[in-house]
Amino acid sequence: MFLDSDLLMSALRALTPILLAALGGAVCERAGVFNIGLEGMMLMGCFTAVATSWFTGSPWLGVLAAALAAAAYSLILAVGTVTLRGDAVVLGIAMNLLAVGLTSFLLRTVFGVQGTFDDPSLLGLPLIGGLSPLAYLSWAAVAVASVMLSRHVWGLRLRGVGEAPDAAATLGVSPAKYKYAAVLVSGVLCGLAGAQLALGNVTLFTENMTAGRGWIAVVAVMLGRALPLGVLLAALLFGLAEAAGFRLQGLGLPQQATDAAPYVVTLGALFLTTARRRRTRPSTGAAV
Amino acid sequence: MTNRISGALRSPITFSVLAGVLIGALFLLGTGADPIAAYEAVLTGSLGADGIGSTLTTLTSVLGMALALAIPLRAGLINLGGDGQMVLGGITAAVTGLYSPLPAPLTVVLALLAGMAAGAAYATLAALCENHLGVPLLVSSLLLSYPAVSLASYLARYPLKEPGSSLPQTRAMPDGVALPSFGDSTVTLGLVLVVLAAAAYGFTDRRTAFGYEIRMTGLNARFSAYAGVERRGLTLKLMSVSGAIAGLVGAIGVLSFPYRFVDGSLTAPGYTWTGLTAALLATAAPLGTVIASFFFAVLAVGGLAMERTTEVPRELTQVLQAIVIVFLAARLTFPRLPRRKAEVKAKEAV
Repeated sequence: MFLDSDLLMSALRALTPILLAALGGAVCERAGVFNIGLEGMMLMGCFTAVATSWFTGSPWLGVLAAALAAAAYSLILAVGTVTLRGDAVVLGIAMNLLAVGLTSFLLRTVFGVQGTFDDPSLLGLPLIGGLSPLAYLSWAAVAVASVMLSRHVWGLRLRGVGEAPDAAATLGVSPAKYKYAAVLVSGVLCGLAGAQLALGNVTLFTENMTAGRGWIAVVAVMLGRALPLGVLLAALLFGLAEAAGFRLQGLGLPQQATDAAPYVVTLGALFLTTARRRRTRPSTGAAV
Repeated sequence: MTNRISGALRSPITFSVLAGVLIGALFLLGTGADPIAAYEAVLTGSLGADGIGSTLTTLTSVLGMALALAIPLRAGLINLGGDGQMVLGGITAAVTGLYSPLPAPLTVVLALLAGMAAGAAYATLAALCENHLGVPLLVSSLLLSYPAVSLASYLARYPLKEPGSSLPQTRAMPDGVALPSFGDSTVTLGLVLVVLAAAAYGFTDRRTAFGYEIRMTGLNARFSAYAGVERRGLTLKLMSVSGAIAGLVGAIGVLSFPYRFVDGSLTAPGYTWTGLTAALLATAAPLGTVIASFFFAVLAVGGLAMERTTEVPRELTQVLQAIVIVFLAARLTFPRLPRRKAEVKAKEAV
């Protein structure tokens, strides 16, 4: 049987890091900050989680440290785009590069190894019902983000800042403050995503272990139109593609084909949704 | 003259490079190394007699990828699919080199052209995605890159794999199917090709109407649209040139030592990202791109020397590159953000 509970579980595992990062990206998008530094923020989270868990012996402290470190790292984006008005795309790309270099450098200087740090005494997150606690947290985060963005004053103001910063400022809402908050929230979520990747899905750190997942998260934000539920569906699509890929590999398909599957599926989904949106645009007017 | 010097010192580029070097020094102090000795090792290791050949070989790939990314960047377009375009160029050149019935010198030319064509075709695909399907170029080019790299990896590991070898590589090119190298160094004619490409880009940028259209689009996309520059066509043209150069870099890689396609050997050194960093640092200006590429090639090769003599990991040089761009990005404004704002304003006005 191809579609069974095993496949679903591995899809849910693959989905969690993407979902957490993409939620962060969606919050930024709503506040009018284009965040393509998700990949780098996640990678910083991965390394901090592993390093902290190894030194303290507590994966929970690892998760906390990952969230804090990625949030601190996200300040580069906040200061660069909001305060200094630099180019978000260039900054995001630079942050991704910096994270790859920095984590590899730290891996060498802190652990003295190259490539992968994998120690039997490194503690990962415990599993509850086959999934890490962060998986449950990510679903809760979807609900919280959904309610915040559609019902709560804070979320409404955040959207106002993203859609019409001048109008928001006139009403006494500081766009800079909300944009900083959105970027920091995305940092925390990406840190959690990194912790899930390094201590939940596996228990190790490898150079560049995010391997494009941050980019997939950026695409998930677009696919899901920056709506929490939309982002959840987009991340689920990716999770299923990755899990199905692993399954097909077991059935003898070469690894290269299954490696590429999630990206192809994501691209395909992007084509379909934008094509549909384009067809419906004339009738619905200027929506999106 | 003094004005020019003080102007250069105050430019954001100089500031970013100095800031990068300074922060790098702090990192070095943090690891207990002597920054001056480490930087000295970088310079002597890359520019000394032992290292210069290696630096020029690295420069061939870095400058090639920098040009591939700079040309669309000049018009504000970011091509993130360099890896895929380069690798497809490489594997296409390998197949051409192995199976072409022509005499060796003609095969070399054919392999270079085939590599360029493959890169160009794949980059054009990303442009079509933006033009006709509405997927931003940044995203379409990047996502398309992964399947291309996987495909090349599959080909090198299964159908084209060298029989009997345990390595994921194709058979070696036949005798004579190689770019001529200078003396007994690893520097090949590829460097000349890439420098010629840079010169052609410089000429186009300065002296032709097309170059002017590209620059105008980069400086002010709305103005150039008013002036009659057709954006879709421009995207298509720039991406095909960009992909062709990326494909050329792949082909040069296959037609130089070790004269075959080895899975991962084109992508692992990160030429695409180093090239993008160089192009960004130079804000895509032709001469600046050459200088920035040389700077990063020196860093990459010197990093290895620094690792040998001071035991500071070579990854530090990657950190330096990124820090330079982080500082620069805060001062940079490429046209995409203002353009978006302008569009919003235009909508509000209606």
